[in-house]
Amino acid sequence: MEYVQQLVNGISVGSIYALIALGYTMVYGIVKLINFAHGDVFMVGSFVGFYSITVLHLPFVAALLVSMVVCAIFGMLIERIAYKPLRNATRIAALITAIGVSLLIEYGFIYVRGAQLEAYPRDVLPDFKINLFGAEIESQAILILGVSIALMILLQFIVHKTKMGKSMRAVSYDAEAAQLMGINVNRTISYTFAIGSALAGAAGVIFGVYYTKIEPLMGIIPGLKAFVAAVLGGIGILPGAMVGGLLLGVIESFVSAIGFSLWRDGAAFIVLILILVFMPSGLFGKNRREKV
Amino acid sequence: MLSIEDVQVFYGNIRALEGVSLHVKQGEIVTLIGANGAGKSTLLKTVSGLLKPKKGRVLLEGKEIGGKAAQLIVKKGISHVPEGRRVFANMTVEENLQLGAYLRKDKEGLKQDYEKVYSLFPRLLERLKQQAGTLSGGEQQMLAMGRALMAKPRLLLLDEPSMGLAPLLVKTIFRIIEEINQAGTTILLVEQNAHLALSIAQRAYVMETGRIVLSGTSDELTSSDQVKMAYLGGH
Repeated sequence: MEYVQQLVNGISVGSIYALIALGYTMVYGIVKLINFAHGDVFMVGSFVGFYSITVLHLPFVAALLVSMVVCAIFGMLIERIAYKPLRNATRIAALITAIGVSLLIEYGFIYVRGAQLEAYPRDVLPDFKINLFGAEIESQAILILGVSIALMILLQFIVHKTKMGKSMRAVSYDAEAAQLMGINVNRTISYTFAIGSALAGAAGVIFGVYYTKIEPLMGIIPGLKAFVAAVLGGIGILPGAMVGGLLLGVIESFVSAIGFSLWRDGAAFIVLILILVFMPSGLFGKNRREKV
Repeated sequence: MLSIEDVQVFYGNIRALEGVSLHVKQGEIVTLIGANGAGKSTLLKTVSGLLKPKKGRVLLEGKEIGGKAAQLIVKKGISHVPEGRRVFANMTVEENLQLGAYLRKDKEGLKQDYEKVYSLFPRLLERLKQQAGTLSGGEQQMLAMGRALMAKPRLLLLDEPSMGLAPLLVKTIFRIIEEINQAGTTILLVEQNAHLALSIAQRAYVMETGRIVLSGTSDELTSSDQVKMAYLGGH
Protein backbone atom coordinates (compact mmCIF):
# COMPACT_ATOMS: atom_id res chain seq x y z
CA MET A 1 0.00 0.00 0.00
CA GLU A 2 3.06 2.18 0.06
CA TYR A 3 2.51 2.84 -3.61
CA VAL A 4 -0.89 4.44 -3.09
CA GLN A 5 0.73 6.71 -0.55
CA GLN A 6 3.53 7.58 -2.92
CA LEU A 7 1.01 8.22 -5.66
CA VAL A 8 -0.91 10.66 -3.48
CA ASN A 9 2.31 12.37 -2.40
CA GLY A 10 3.40 12.60 -5.99
CA ILE A 11 0.12 14.09 -7.09
CA SER A 12 0.27 16.67 -4.29
CA VAL A 13 3.79 17.80 -5.15
CA GLY A 14 2.86 17.58 -8.78
CA SER A 15 -0.07 19.90 -8.31
CA ILE A 16 2.32 22.52 -6.94
CA TYR A 17 4.54 22.09 -10.01
CA ALA A 18 1.45 22.29 -12.18
CA LEU A 19 0.37 25.62 -10.67
CA ILE A 20 3.80 27.11 -11.31
CA ALA A 21 4.04 25.51 -14.75
CA LEU A 22 0.77 27.15 -15.78
CA GLY A 23 2.34 30.57 -15.34
CA TYR A 24 5.36 29.58 -17.42
CA THR A 25 3.24 28.22 -20.17
CA MET A 26 0.74 31.11 -20.23
CA VAL A 27 3.49 33.69 -20.47
CA TYR A 28 5.32 31.65 -23.10
CA GLY A 29 2.11 31.28 -25.07
CA ILE A 30 1.58 35.00 -25.25
CA VAL A 31 5.04 36.58 -25.48
CA LYS A 32 7.21 33.56 -26.38
CA LEU A 33 9.38 34.18 -23.35
CA ILE A 34 10.51 31.70 -20.71
CA ASN A 35 10.09 33.90 -17.66
CA PHE A 36 12.86 32.54 -15.48
CA ALA A 37 11.86 34.95 -12.73
CA HIS A 38 8.64 32.98 -12.33
CA GLY A 39 10.11 30.69 -9.65
CA ASP A 40 10.99 33.79 -7.65
CA VAL A 41 7.43 35.05 -7.83
CA PHE A 42 6.55 31.69 -6.26
CA MET A 43 9.08 32.41 -3.49
CA VAL A 44 7.70 35.91 -2.90
CA GLY A 45 4.20 34.41 -2.75
CA SER A 46 5.33 31.94 -0.15
CA PHE A 47 6.75 34.71 2.04
CA VAL A 48 3.68 36.90 1.61
CA GLY A 49 1.60 33.94 2.75
CA PHE A 50 3.95 33.34 5.67
CA TYR A 51 3.72 36.92 6.91
CA SER A 52 -0.04 36.98 6.36
CA ILE A 53 -0.38 33.96 8.62
CA THR A 54 2.18 34.80 11.30
CA VAL A 55 2.00 38.61 11.45
CA LEU A 56 -1.55 39.34 10.30
CA HIS A 57 -2.94 36.10 11.78
CA LEU A 58 -4.98 35.39 8.69
CA PRO A 59 -6.48 31.96 8.09
CA PHE A 60 -5.22 29.82 5.20
CA VAL A 61 -7.71 30.90 2.55
CA ALA A 62 -7.26 34.62 3.30
CA ALA A 63 -3.47 34.26 3.24
CA LEU A 64 -3.76 32.44 -0.06
CA LEU A 65 -5.81 35.29 -1.53
CA VAL A 66 -3.48 38.00 -0.19
CA SER A 67 -0.51 36.20 -1.65
CA MET A 68 -2.24 35.79 -5.03
CA VAL A 69 -3.13 39.49 -5.21
CA VAL A 70 0.36 40.64 -4.20
CA CYS A 71 1.96 38.27 -6.71
CA ALA A 72 -0.40 39.37 -9.48
CA ILE A 73 0.69 42.97 -8.98
CA PHE A 74 4.32 41.91 -8.65
CA GLY A 75 4.16 39.92 -11.90
CA MET A 76 2.60 42.84 -13.76
CA LEU A 77 5.33 45.14 -12.46
CA ILE A 78 8.07 42.74 -13.58
CA GLU A 79 6.55 42.63 -17.05
CA ARG A 80 6.04 46.37 -17.24
CA ILE A 81 9.54 47.26 -16.05
CA ALA A 82 11.71 44.47 -17.43
CA TYR A 83 10.02 42.85 -20.43
CA LYS A 84 7.82 45.46 -22.06
CA PRO A 85 10.74 47.61 -23.21
CA LEU A 86 12.10 44.49 -24.92
CA ARG A 87 8.90 43.62 -26.79
CA ASN A 88 10.62 44.00 -30.15
CA ALA A 89 14.05 42.84 -29.07
CA THR A 90 15.50 39.43 -29.87
CA ARG A 91 14.26 36.50 -27.83
CA ILE A 92 17.67 35.81 -26.39
CA ALA A 93 17.84 39.39 -25.04
CA ALA A 94 14.52 38.88 -23.26
CA LEU A 95 15.64 35.49 -21.95
CA ILE A 96 18.86 36.89 -20.50
CA THR A 97 16.85 39.70 -18.95
CA ALA A 98 14.57 37.13 -17.34
CA ILE A 99 17.58 35.44 -15.73
CA GLY A 100 18.76 38.86 -14.57
CA VAL A 101 15.37 39.64 -13.06
CA SER A 102 15.41 36.29 -11.30
CA LEU A 103 18.80 36.98 -9.70
CA LEU A 104 17.73 40.52 -8.82
CA ILE A 105 14.65 39.29 -6.98
CA GLU A 106 16.54 36.54 -5.15
CA TYR A 107 19.44 38.63 -3.96
CA GLY A 108 17.45 41.85 -3.61
CA PHE A 109 15.17 39.91 -1.29
CA ILE A 110 18.13 38.57 0.71
CA TYR A 111 19.63 42.07 0.89
CA VAL A 112 16.43 43.53 2.30
CA ARG A 113 15.37 40.75 4.60
CA GLY A 114 18.32 38.43 5.09
CA ALA A 115 18.79 34.83 3.99
CA GLN A 116 17.51 33.08 7.10
CA LEU A 117 14.96 30.28 6.90
CA GLU A 118 11.41 30.64 8.10
CA ALA A 119 8.99 27.92 9.03
CA TYR A 120 5.26 27.98 8.44
CA PRO A 121 3.33 27.12 11.60
CA ARG A 122 2.14 23.48 11.61
CA ASP A 123 -1.46 24.29 12.43
CA VAL A 124 -2.45 26.26 9.34
CA LEU A 125 -4.46 23.36 8.00
CA PRO A 126 -5.89 20.45 10.00
CA ASP A 127 -3.42 17.59 10.01
CA PHE A 128 -4.61 14.02 10.41
CA LYS A 129 -4.30 10.72 8.58
CA ILE A 130 -6.98 9.35 6.36
CA ASN A 131 -7.15 5.65 5.70
CA LEU A 132 -7.72 4.96 2.02
CA PHE A 133 -7.59 1.34 0.84
CA GLY A 134 -5.24 0.62 3.73
CA ALA A 135 -2.92 3.47 2.87
CA GLU A 136 -2.26 6.29 5.31
CA ILE A 137 -2.85 9.60 3.57
CA GLU A 138 -2.24 12.99 5.09
CA SER A 139 -5.24 15.27 5.14
CA GLN A 140 -3.01 18.15 4.03
CA ALA A 141 -2.09 16.34 0.85
CA ILE A 142 -5.78 16.03 0.02
CA LEU A 143 -6.52 19.66 0.85
CA ILE A 144 -3.61 20.88 -1.23
CA LEU A 145 -4.73 18.81 -4.14
CA GLY A 146 -8.26 20.17 -3.74
CA VAL A 147 -7.12 23.80 -3.71
CA SER A 148 -4.88 23.25 -6.73
CA ILE A 149 -7.61 21.58 -8.70
CA ALA A 150 -10.07 24.34 -7.81
CA LEU A 151 -7.59 26.95 -9.06
CA MET A 152 -7.03 25.03 -12.29
CA ILE A 153 -10.76 24.80 -12.91
CA LEU A 154 -11.07 28.53 -12.23
CA LEU A 155 -8.27 29.18 -14.72
CA GLN A 156 -9.95 27.05 -17.38
CA PHE A 157 -13.13 29.01 -16.82
CA ILE A 158 -11.35 32.36 -17.13
CA VAL A 159 -9.49 31.34 -20.26
CA HIS A 160 -12.44 29.80 -22.08
CA LYS A 161 -15.50 31.67 -20.90
CA THR A 162 -14.54 35.24 -20.10
CA LYS A 163 -13.79 38.07 -22.47
CA MET A 164 -10.38 38.51 -20.88
CA GLY A 165 -9.55 34.85 -21.47
CA LYS A 166 -10.69 35.00 -25.05
CA SER A 167 -8.54 38.03 -25.69
CA MET A 168 -5.60 36.19 -24.13
CA ARG A 169 -6.08 33.24 -26.45
CA ALA A 170 -6.49 35.54 -29.42
CA VAL A 171 -3.30 37.47 -28.65
CA SER A 172 -1.35 34.28 -28.09
CA TYR A 173 -2.52 32.90 -31.43
CA ASP A 174 -2.02 36.03 -33.53
CA ALA A 175 -1.29 39.33 -31.81
CA GLU A 176 -1.69 41.42 -34.93
CA ALA A 177 -5.07 39.96 -35.81
CA ALA A 178 -6.11 40.43 -32.18
CA GLN A 179 -5.25 44.11 -32.44
CA LEU A 180 -7.51 44.37 -35.47
CA MET A 181 -10.37 43.17 -33.25
CA GLY A 182 -9.73 46.13 -30.96
CA ILE A 183 -7.87 44.13 -28.32
CA ASN A 184 -5.25 46.06 -26.40
CA VAL A 185 -2.29 43.68 -26.66
CA ASN A 186 -0.21 45.30 -23.92
CA ARG A 187 -3.06 45.15 -21.46
CA THR A 188 -3.74 41.52 -22.34
CA ILE A 189 -0.09 40.64 -21.75
CA SER A 190 -0.30 42.39 -18.38
CA TYR A 191 -3.34 40.32 -17.42
CA THR A 192 -1.55 37.15 -18.43
CA PHE A 193 1.39 37.94 -16.19
CA ALA A 194 -1.04 38.81 -13.40
CA ILE A 195 -2.91 35.52 -13.61
CA GLY A 196 0.23 33.40 -14.02
CA SER A 197 1.89 35.12 -11.08
CA ALA A 198 -1.20 34.77 -8.90
CA LEU A 199 -1.08 31.01 -9.49
CA ALA A 200 2.61 30.98 -8.56
CA GLY A 201 1.75 32.90 -5.39
CA ALA A 202 -0.89 30.35 -4.51
CA ALA A 203 1.63 27.58 -5.16
CA GLY A 204 4.04 29.36 -2.81
CA VAL A 205 1.56 29.36 0.06
CA ILE A 206 0.58 25.75 -0.56
CA PHE A 207 4.25 24.77 -0.66
CA GLY A 208 4.88 26.58 2.62
CA VAL A 209 1.99 24.89 4.36
CA TYR A 210 3.03 21.46 3.11
CA TYR A 211 6.81 21.59 3.50
CA THR A 212 6.93 24.33 6.19
CA LYS A 213 10.49 25.52 5.47
CA ILE A 214 10.86 28.52 3.19
CA GLU A 215 13.85 30.66 2.24
CA PRO A 216 14.73 33.26 -0.42
CA LEU A 217 16.31 30.80 -2.86
CA MET A 218 13.50 28.26 -2.54
CA GLY A 219 12.07 29.25 -5.93
CA ILE A 220 14.97 28.02 -8.00
CA ILE A 221 14.45 24.26 -7.97
CA PRO A 222 10.62 24.19 -8.04
CA GLY A 223 10.82 26.90 -10.73
CA LEU A 224 13.11 24.80 -12.88
CA LYS A 225 11.03 21.69 -12.33
CA ALA A 226 7.86 23.53 -13.23
CA PHE A 227 9.63 24.66 -16.38
CA VAL A 228 10.39 21.01 -17.11
CA ALA A 229 6.74 20.19 -16.43
CA ALA A 230 5.64 22.88 -18.89
CA VAL A 231 7.98 21.54 -21.57
CA LEU A 232 6.87 17.98 -20.80
CA GLY A 233 3.24 18.88 -21.42
CA GLY A 234 4.03 21.07 -24.41
CA ILE A 235 5.01 24.66 -23.75
CA GLY A 236 2.20 27.12 -24.39
CA ILE A 237 -0.55 24.55 -23.78
CA LEU A 238 -2.50 24.89 -20.52
CA PRO A 239 -3.73 21.30 -20.05
CA GLY A 240 -0.18 20.23 -20.93
CA ALA A 241 1.22 22.20 -17.99
CA MET A 242 -1.29 20.59 -15.62
CA VAL A 243 -0.63 17.05 -16.78
CA GLY A 244 3.10 17.70 -17.04
CA GLY A 245 3.23 18.97 -13.46
CA LEU A 246 1.25 16.07 -12.01
CA LEU A 247 3.22 13.53 -14.01
CA LEU A 248 6.54 14.98 -12.92
CA GLY A 249 5.45 14.91 -9.27
CA VAL A 250 4.45 11.26 -9.55
CA ILE A 251 7.67 10.31 -11.35
CA GLU A 252 9.68 11.97 -8.59
CA SER A 253 7.81 10.20 -5.81
CA PHE A 254 8.29 6.83 -7.43
CA VAL A 255 11.96 7.46 -8.07
CA SER A 256 12.40 8.04 -4.35
CA ALA A 257 10.03 5.20 -3.44
CA ILE A 258 12.12 2.62 -5.26
CA GLY A 259 15.15 3.73 -3.31
CA PHE A 260 16.75 6.40 -5.44
CA SER A 261 15.74 9.35 -3.30
CA LEU A 262 19.06 11.05 -3.96
CA TRP A 263 18.14 11.00 -7.64
CA ARG A 264 14.85 12.72 -7.01
CA ASP A 265 15.87 16.13 -8.34
CA GLY A 266 17.84 14.57 -11.15
CA ALA A 267 14.79 12.69 -12.37
CA ALA A 268 13.13 15.90 -13.52
CA PHE A 269 16.07 16.84 -15.67
CA ILE A 270 16.40 13.35 -17.11
CA VAL A 271 12.77 13.73 -18.12
CA LEU A 272 13.61 17.09 -19.72
CA ILE A 273 16.44 15.58 -21.73
CA LEU A 274 14.30 12.65 -22.87
CA ILE A 275 11.48 14.97 -23.90
CA LEU A 276 13.77 17.29 -25.79
CA VAL A 277 15.34 14.38 -27.63
CA PHE A 278 12.26 12.31 -28.42
CA MET A 279 9.27 14.65 -28.25
CA PRO A 280 10.43 18.24 -28.50
CA SER A 281 6.91 19.62 -28.75
CA GLY A 282 5.81 17.82 -25.57
CA LEU A 283 2.98 15.42 -24.79
CA PHE A 284 0.20 17.72 -25.97
CA GLY A 285 2.13 19.69 -28.54
CA LYS A 286 1.49 19.30 -32.20
CA ASN A 287 2.59 21.15 -35.25
CA ARG A 288 0.12 23.78 -36.27
CA ARG A 289 -1.36 23.28 -39.66
CA GLU A 290 -2.23 26.29 -41.71
CA LYS A 291 -4.74 26.56 -44.47
CA VAL A 292 -4.37 28.84 -47.41
CA MET B 1 -14.53 59.66 -45.75
CA LEU B 2 -10.96 58.40 -45.81
CA SER B 3 -8.17 60.43 -47.24
CA ILE B 4 -4.55 59.49 -47.37
CA GLU B 5 -2.15 62.31 -48.10
CA ASP B 6 1.41 61.76 -49.25
CA VAL B 7 2.01 58.83 -46.90
CA GLN B 8 5.44 57.29 -46.58
CA VAL B 9 6.00 54.01 -44.73
CA PHE B 10 9.29 52.28 -44.03
CA TYR B 11 10.22 48.72 -43.11
CA GLY B 12 13.49 49.45 -41.36
CA ASN B 13 15.41 51.42 -43.95
CA ILE B 14 13.38 50.25 -46.90
CA ARG B 15 10.74 52.63 -48.10
CA ALA B 16 7.61 50.62 -48.88
CA LEU B 17 5.30 53.54 -49.64
CA GLU B 18 6.83 56.50 -51.40
CA GLY B 19 4.27 59.21 -50.86
CA VAL B 20 0.86 57.72 -51.55
CA SER B 21 -2.30 59.81 -51.78
CA LEU B 22 -5.75 58.36 -52.15
CA HIS B 23 -9.28 59.03 -51.04
CA VAL B 24 -12.43 57.04 -50.50
CA LYS B 25 -15.85 58.67 -50.42
CA GLN B 26 -18.74 57.59 -48.24
CA GLY B 27 -20.62 54.66 -49.76
CA GLU B 28 -18.05 53.81 -52.41
CA ILE B 29 -16.25 50.64 -53.30
CA VAL B 30 -12.72 51.68 -54.20
CA THR B 31 -10.18 49.13 -55.32
CA LEU B 32 -6.44 49.17 -55.20
CA ILE B 33 -4.83 46.93 -57.77
CA GLY B 34 -1.25 46.15 -58.56
CA ALA B 35 1.34 43.40 -58.62
CA ASN B 36 2.76 41.55 -55.66
CA GLY B 37 4.97 43.74 -53.53
CA ALA B 38 3.56 47.01 -54.88
CA GLY B 39 2.64 48.13 -51.38
CA LYS B 40 -1.11 47.51 -51.38
CA SER B 41 -1.18 45.54 -48.14
CA THR B 42 1.25 47.98 -46.58
CA LEU B 43 -1.18 50.77 -47.35
CA LEU B 44 -4.10 48.92 -45.72
CA LYS B 45 -1.99 48.14 -42.66
CA THR B 46 -1.13 51.81 -42.39
CA VAL B 47 -4.79 52.76 -42.45
CA SER B 48 -5.72 50.19 -39.81
CA GLY B 49 -2.84 51.19 -37.56
CA LEU B 50 -0.65 48.09 -37.79
CA LEU B 51 2.03 50.24 -39.42
CA LYS B 52 2.92 53.82 -38.63
CA PRO B 53 3.45 56.35 -41.41
CA LYS B 54 6.75 58.17 -41.23
CA LYS B 55 5.43 61.08 -43.23
CA GLY B 56 2.05 62.21 -44.48
CA ARG B 57 -1.44 62.04 -43.04
CA VAL B 58 -4.25 59.53 -42.81
CA LEU B 59 -7.58 61.25 -42.21
CA LEU B 60 -10.88 59.64 -41.32
CA GLU B 61 -13.65 62.17 -41.77
CA GLY B 62 -11.10 64.95 -41.47
CA LYS B 63 -9.54 63.63 -38.27
CA GLU B 64 -5.95 62.40 -38.19
CA ILE B 65 -5.70 58.67 -37.43
CA GLY B 66 -2.24 58.01 -38.87
CA GLY B 67 0.02 56.41 -36.29
CA LYS B 68 -2.75 55.67 -33.78
CA ALA B 69 -2.81 52.19 -32.22
CA ALA B 70 -4.81 49.64 -34.20
CA GLN B 71 -7.28 48.97 -31.39
CA LEU B 72 -8.22 52.68 -31.31
CA ILE B 73 -8.77 52.78 -35.05
CA VAL B 74 -11.20 49.85 -34.87
CA LYS B 75 -13.15 51.90 -32.36
CA LYS B 76 -13.36 54.75 -34.84
CA GLY B 77 -15.11 52.51 -37.37
CA ILE B 78 -12.48 50.91 -39.59
CA SER B 79 -12.28 47.12 -39.78
CA HIS B 80 -9.50 45.36 -41.61
CA VAL B 81 -9.82 41.86 -43.05
CA PRO B 82 -6.14 40.99 -43.37
CA GLU B 83 -4.43 39.11 -46.14
CA GLY B 84 -4.52 35.37 -45.52
CA ARG B 85 -7.70 35.79 -43.40
CA ARG B 86 -5.89 35.36 -40.06
CA VAL B 87 -8.83 33.72 -38.28
CA PHE B 88 -8.13 32.40 -34.80
CA ALA B 89 -7.81 28.78 -35.83
CA ASN B 90 -7.71 27.49 -32.24
CA MET B 91 -11.10 28.99 -31.43
CA THR B 92 -14.61 28.22 -32.58
CA VAL B 93 -16.42 30.15 -35.29
CA GLU B 94 -18.64 31.64 -32.62
CA GLU B 95 -15.69 32.79 -30.52
CA ASN B 96 -14.11 34.37 -33.58
CA LEU B 97 -17.27 36.36 -34.17
CA GLN B 98 -17.42 37.35 -30.51
CA LEU B 99 -13.88 38.65 -30.76
CA GLY B 100 -14.92 40.69 -33.77
CA ALA B 101 -17.45 42.37 -31.50
CA TYR B 102 -14.84 42.81 -28.75
CA LEU B 103 -15.31 46.57 -28.35
CA ARG B 104 -19.08 46.61 -28.57
CA LYS B 105 -21.38 47.00 -25.63
CA ASP B 106 -24.79 47.54 -27.28
CA LYS B 107 -26.50 44.19 -26.69
CA GLU B 108 -29.48 44.82 -28.96
CA GLY B 109 -27.39 46.03 -31.89
CA LEU B 110 -25.08 43.06 -31.43
CA LYS B 111 -27.91 40.59 -31.66
CA GLN B 112 -29.06 42.15 -34.92
CA ASP B 113 -25.54 42.11 -36.30
CA TYR B 114 -25.08 38.42 -35.52
CA GLU B 115 -28.30 37.82 -37.47
CA LYS B 116 -27.00 39.95 -40.32
CA VAL B 117 -23.72 38.06 -40.48
CA TYR B 118 -25.53 34.71 -40.39
CA SER B 119 -27.80 35.76 -43.23
CA LEU B 120 -24.84 36.93 -45.32
CA PHE B 121 -22.90 33.76 -44.51
CA PRO B 122 -25.30 30.92 -43.67
CA ARG B 123 -22.29 28.58 -43.65
CA LEU B 124 -21.01 30.21 -40.50
CA LEU B 125 -24.25 29.52 -38.69
CA GLU B 126 -23.97 25.84 -39.62
CA ARG B 127 -20.45 25.68 -38.25
CA LEU B 128 -20.80 27.87 -35.17
CA LYS B 129 -19.25 25.38 -32.72
CA GLN B 130 -16.54 24.18 -35.07
CA GLN B 131 -12.89 25.18 -34.65
CA ALA B 132 -12.04 27.88 -37.20
CA GLY B 133 -8.92 25.93 -38.20
CA THR B 134 -11.06 23.10 -39.55
CA LEU B 135 -12.91 25.34 -42.01
CA SER B 136 -12.13 25.39 -45.72
CA GLY B 137 -10.32 28.38 -47.16
CA GLY B 138 -13.53 29.91 -48.46
CA GLU B 139 -15.28 29.46 -45.14
CA GLN B 140 -12.33 31.05 -43.38
CA GLN B 141 -12.63 34.03 -45.69
CA MET B 142 -16.31 34.28 -44.81
CA LEU B 143 -15.45 34.08 -41.14
CA ALA B 144 -12.78 36.75 -41.45
CA MET B 145 -15.29 39.04 -43.15
CA GLY B 146 -18.08 38.23 -40.71
CA ARG B 147 -15.73 38.84 -37.81
CA ALA B 148 -14.79 42.24 -39.22
CA LEU B 149 -18.45 43.14 -39.73
CA MET B 150 -19.19 42.37 -36.07
CA ALA B 151 -17.27 45.52 -35.17
CA LYS B 152 -19.93 47.43 -37.15
CA PRO B 153 -17.42 49.24 -39.33
CA ARG B 154 -18.24 52.26 -41.45
CA LEU B 155 -15.19 51.52 -43.58
CA LEU B 156 -14.17 47.96 -44.39
CA LEU B 157 -10.66 47.22 -45.62
CA LEU B 158 -10.45 43.96 -47.56
CA ASP B 159 -7.07 42.50 -48.44
CA GLU B 160 -7.10 39.90 -51.23
CA PRO B 161 -10.42 38.24 -50.40
CA SER B 162 -10.16 36.03 -53.50
CA MET B 163 -6.74 34.61 -52.67
CA GLY B 164 -6.55 30.85 -53.09
CA LEU B 165 -10.29 30.35 -53.58
CA ALA B 166 -12.08 28.39 -56.28
CA PRO B 167 -13.59 30.62 -59.00
CA LEU B 168 -17.17 29.86 -58.00
CA LEU B 169 -16.47 30.78 -54.42
CA VAL B 170 -14.73 33.97 -55.49
CA LYS B 171 -17.92 34.99 -57.27
CA THR B 172 -19.94 34.38 -54.12
CA ILE B 173 -17.52 36.38 -52.00
CA PHE B 174 -17.62 39.30 -54.42
CA ARG B 175 -21.40 39.25 -54.56
CA ILE B 176 -21.40 39.45 -50.77
CA ILE B 177 -18.94 42.34 -50.83
CA GLU B 178 -21.42 44.21 -53.02
CA GLU B 179 -24.22 43.37 -50.60
CA ILE B 180 -22.21 44.66 -47.66
CA ASN B 181 -21.59 47.85 -49.58
CA GLN B 182 -25.24 48.27 -50.48
CA ALA B 183 -26.12 47.93 -46.80
CA GLY B 184 -24.11 51.09 -46.20
CA THR B 185 -20.50 50.11 -45.54
CA THR B 186 -17.81 51.87 -47.51
CA ILE B 187 -15.19 49.50 -48.90
CA LEU B 188 -11.53 49.76 -49.80
CA LEU B 189 -10.61 46.58 -51.62
CA VAL B 190 -7.10 45.36 -52.38
CA GLU B 191 -7.14 42.70 -55.06
CA GLN B 192 -4.80 41.00 -57.49
CA ASN B 193 -7.67 39.86 -59.64
CA ALA B 194 -8.00 43.24 -61.33
CA HIS B 195 -10.78 42.20 -63.65
CA LEU B 196 -13.05 41.15 -60.84
CA ALA B 197 -12.16 44.10 -58.63
CA LEU B 198 -12.88 46.61 -61.38
CA SER B 199 -16.22 44.95 -62.04
CA ILE B 200 -17.59 45.82 -58.60
CA ALA B 201 -15.70 49.03 -57.77
CA GLN B 202 -16.71 52.53 -58.74
CA ARG B 203 -13.17 53.85 -58.70
CA ALA B 204 -9.73 52.33 -58.71
CA TYR B 205 -6.09 53.11 -58.06
CA VAL B 206 -3.17 51.25 -59.57
CA MET B 207 -0.05 50.83 -57.48
CA GLU B 208 3.46 50.04 -58.58
CA THR B 209 6.53 49.82 -56.33
CA GLY B 210 5.21 51.94 -53.54
CA ARG B 211 3.41 54.64 -55.47
CA ILE B 212 0.09 55.24 -57.22
CA VAL B 213 0.66 55.28 -60.96
CA LEU B 214 -2.90 55.54 -62.23
CA SER B 215 -6.31 56.33 -60.90
CA GLY B 216 -9.78 56.86 -62.23
CA THR B 217 -13.24 55.36 -62.46
CA SER B 218 -13.37 51.62 -63.01
CA ASP B 219 -14.62 52.14 -66.57
CA GLU B 220 -11.74 54.44 -67.39
CA LEU B 221 -9.20 52.02 -66.03
CA THR B 222 -10.79 48.99 -67.65
CA SER B 223 -10.40 50.62 -71.03
CA SER B 224 -6.95 52.02 -70.33
CA ASP B 225 -4.27 50.36 -72.43
CA GLN B 226 -1.77 50.46 -69.62
CA VAL B 227 -4.08 48.53 -67.29
CA LYS B 228 -5.14 46.13 -70.02
CA MET B 229 -1.54 45.30 -70.76
CA ALA B 230 -0.36 44.90 -67.23
CA TYR B 231 -3.33 43.58 -65.28
CA LEU B 232 -6.14 42.37 -67.49
CA GLY B 233 -4.25 39.95 -69.66
CA GLY B 234 -3.59 42.44 -72.46
CA HIS B 235 -6.23 41.86 -75.10
